[in-house]
Amino acid sequence: MSDDKLAIARRFIAGIPHVTALNMDIVEIGDGVAAMRLPYDTRFVGDPETGVLHGGAVSTLMDTCGGAATMAHPSAPDGTATLSLRIDYLRGATPGQAVTARAECHHMTRTVAFVRAVAHDEDTETPVATATGTFTVERKT
Amino acid sequence: MSRARPEPVQVVKQRRDAALRALTERIPYAGYLAISFDRRGDELTGVLPYDDKLIGNPMLPALHGGVTAAFLELTAVVTLSWTGLWEEVESGALSLDDLERGQLPRVPKTIDFTIDYLRSGLPRDAYARAIVTRSGRRYASVRAEAWQDNRTRPIAQAHAHFLMPLREA
Repeated sequence: MSDDKLAIARRFIAGIPHVTALNMDIVEIGDGVAAMRLPYDTRFVGDPETGVLHGGAVSTLMDTCGGAATMAHPSAPDGTATLSLRIDYLRGATPGQAVTARAECHHMTRTVAFVRAVAHDEDTETPVATATGTFTVERKT
Repeated sequence: MSRARPEPVQVVKQRRDAALRALTERIPYAGYLAISFDRRGDELTGVLPYDDKLIGNPMLPALHGGVTAAFLELTAVVTLSWTGLWEEVESGALSLDDLERGQLPRVPKTIDFTIDYLRSGLPRDAYARAIVTRSGRRYASVRAEAWQDNRTRPIAQAHAHFLMPLREA
């Protein structure tokens, strides 16, 4: 069941050009929950002296993951778009390591989804970044 | 008392453009998104040229929100660094040689970044400008706005806080 959901989500994500351009992949999908991975890539570096990924790449991961968590909510929205996103950058992601974000849609109304997300590199103790966001909810009926 | 003779315009422009290039060209992610900056005096406008790989919603189609966020964050940090460097570029304290070798102070680090999406980004070029609302010794606040065809119809606005790099006294 959950594996089906993961396969469907992966197929959906594969159709988004910018998600495939950054080589992002879904690693977990559940009710109102999604986890996505962004592999390290020197093209996405923000500071060449340290090799740390640019915040914008982490933003993209958080945004996509938040949208995926919204779509995975049991109330099954037909579509979503980001309304707002706030990201706190706790520390630079370690160069060479993938960043994995996990987002949770913790509240859903007919029209708005409220999402929290956390991103880690291989150090699972201290997050790289945290985010809160609101997403629109489109329903056909 | 006679006023110092102004430097020739091409010397001034060469130094300003070298400073801007040194600021932007060293950020690999800006290169990946092909973001450049248009300069008029000290005013900067970020330019994000459209590319199919920037699409986040292929049904509409619309730019990926993460691309818009990255574009605004880059515009904010480049504008903040540029504002801080302006005096040294103008006085010649930063020489053309230094600038061309990419010798610049460290860039500010993003503490937090908040974005409001106002309209979906269309599949065409986008522009952005940032305003440094406060720049202290340690922290800075910056606002930024992105638009496409119509300056009065922004697609997104953002504000961010930055940790300023430590500078030698």
